[in-house]
Amino acid sequence: MTVQDYRSRLSEPASRKMGTFSYLPEMTPDQIRKQVEWIVKHGWNPAIEHTEPQFAGSNYWYMWKLPMFGESDVDAILAELDACHEANPGNHVRLIGYDNFTQSQGANMVVYRGTPV
Amino acid sequence: MNIQSGRKYDAGVKEYRSTYWEPAYTPKDTDVLAVFKVIPQAGVPREEAAAAVAAESSTGTWTTVWTDLLTDLDHYKGRAYRVEDVPGSDDAFYAFIAYPADLFEEGSVVNVFTSLVGNVFGFKAVRSLRLEDVRFPIWFVKTCYGPPHGIQVERDKMDKYGRPLLGCTIKPKLGLSAKNYGRAVYECLRGGLDFTKDDENVNSQPFMRWRDRFLFCQEAIEKSEAETGERKGHYMNVTAPTVEDMYQRAEFAKELGTPIIMSDYLTLGWAAHNSLSKWCRDNGMLLHVHRAMHAVLDRNPNHGINFRVLAKLLRLLGGDHLHSGTVVGKLEGDREATLGWIDLLRDRHVKEDRARGIFFDQDWGSMPGVFPVASGGIHVWHMPALVAIFGNDSVLQFGGGTLGHPWGNAAGAAANRVALEACVQARNEGRQLEKEGKDILTKAAQHSPELKVAMETWKEIKFEFDTVDKLDVQHR
Repeated sequence: MTVQDYRSRLSEPASRKMGTFSYLPEMTPDQIRKQVEWIVKHGWNPAIEHTEPQFAGSNYWYMWKLPMFGESDVDAILAELDACHEANPGNHVRLIGYDNFTQSQGANMVVYRGTPV
Repeated sequence: MNIQSGRKYDAGVKEYRSTYWEPAYTPKDTDVLAVFKVIPQAGVPREEAAAAVAAESSTGTWTTVWTDLLTDLDHYKGRAYRVEDVPGSDDAFYAFIAYPADLFEEGSVVNVFTSLVGNVFGFKAVRSLRLEDVRFPIWFVKTCYGPPHGIQVERDKMDKYGRPLLGCTIKPKLGLSAKNYGRAVYECLRGGLDFTKDDENVNSQPFMRWRDRFLFCQEAIEKSEAETGERKGHYMNVTAPTVEDMYQRAEFAKELGTPIIMSDYLTLGWAAHNSLSKWCRDNGMLLHVHRAMHAVLDRNPNHGINFRVLAKLLRLLGGDHLHSGTVVGKLEGDREATLGWIDLLRDRHVKEDRARGIFFDQDWGSMPGVFPVASGGIHVWHMPALVAIFGNDSVLQFGGGTLGHPWGNAAGAAANRVALEACVQARNEGRQLEKEGKDILTKAAQHSPELKVAMETWKEIKFEFDTVDKLDVQHR
């Protein structure tokens, strides 16, 4: 029988979330592609960051190279995401769309989830 | 040579239009511009009524006084420079009035409105009067303090990007003990909300004093942050009977390390609110602003102050969030008008757009934007429309729509978070939220039992009363 409660625990790493889209299932490659297209469509600058899951609360994750200023090739961006994930297999990898007009991030989502702690 | 030196003092009552109606006047960039909807008394011509409003809200009084001749009236007087028909009304017209810069104290919203909506609203020559819009010149905008942080800084502080923020007002409004109240906060936050909120009339009543509430709520924030790994806040209401009490509560909230407090800018008073907003910037505290009493001022379509003016003046006074209406929920709100004032809260430059009730271009200079808050009578089924209408830079607050979930607050919160993220994801994928909303939510509910139950609980609820305050359009 389903326990009629939303389950979260300090003692259960699965309770740890990581921002936008972390309450949804992990994205499929096709879904990731569409989010990259959304960033490109707005003219935002794509950027990739990653971190060990235990330090996810920091404002400063590790940059995977500099932001891809002006990059509008969706496949090139997807290839960088994969490269970052392969080089840092246990880490969270997030995709950012820097909006230099609002001086903010128009998009920010974890695309590859590391093992939560 | 002083060109006025030839004027003689002529006591008595003159027609206002002889001095204050100037249809040939071209407004200056430095003028404060206002548009009023006027219904004059029978027999009063439009130009005379418009001139009377200009006079009474600036330099004039009902009769000529000799001291008028000691000043340069042309430099100081307000001028009615245009009248226009109000679409769909035979009685009312719009009066456009320009006020010179020197009429106003720099940075004082209080001063501007003491003129613009002062004695003139009780003036006998008009049957009713409504301030529809005000254009604040850039010199005035730059001398006001503005939002303590604004949208961009709040996103960075709270680490939330690419989606609307999600909140909930704790209910019942009144009567919970501080510990039970903190429980309700904790459950909401651990379930996935970014914020919870004190209701506007939760101040420091005997059943729950402010200090106890702040302490329990802060524990709720800290535990839910540890549990979820996300940043959380509770709008701690510092609205208080005196300014000294207000500061005492704000200081204590700061000591606790909480990220956000709240106030009610109309009942608290604009000067007190302005002081609080400055305090918030100086102390790194976000400021959520509620608008209790607004409907007293803005709901009557013929008399009072349109909410778009109250929204603009709040941006000048300062606040990081402001309640703006939901369009779709239980409270009043015309869609196009709401879109107009959420632009006025958020954007850097807003163009005249009569279809949205915006009468003037408004340049906000470098003043940060305010998050519009949609709150009241909304639930998961409204999510697709809310995301479509409000976009990312908004706070969506579900009170009953979180707490009324059959499994409790955490499940209600999770349902809303899943629904929100599903809508944002679908929008980014290029899907039409308002058309495909049902399909998007149904699919999301396949992996969220909390959302599935929420959708079954609220499916039939609708609010379909007609809006009382509509934009002035011909077909009305």
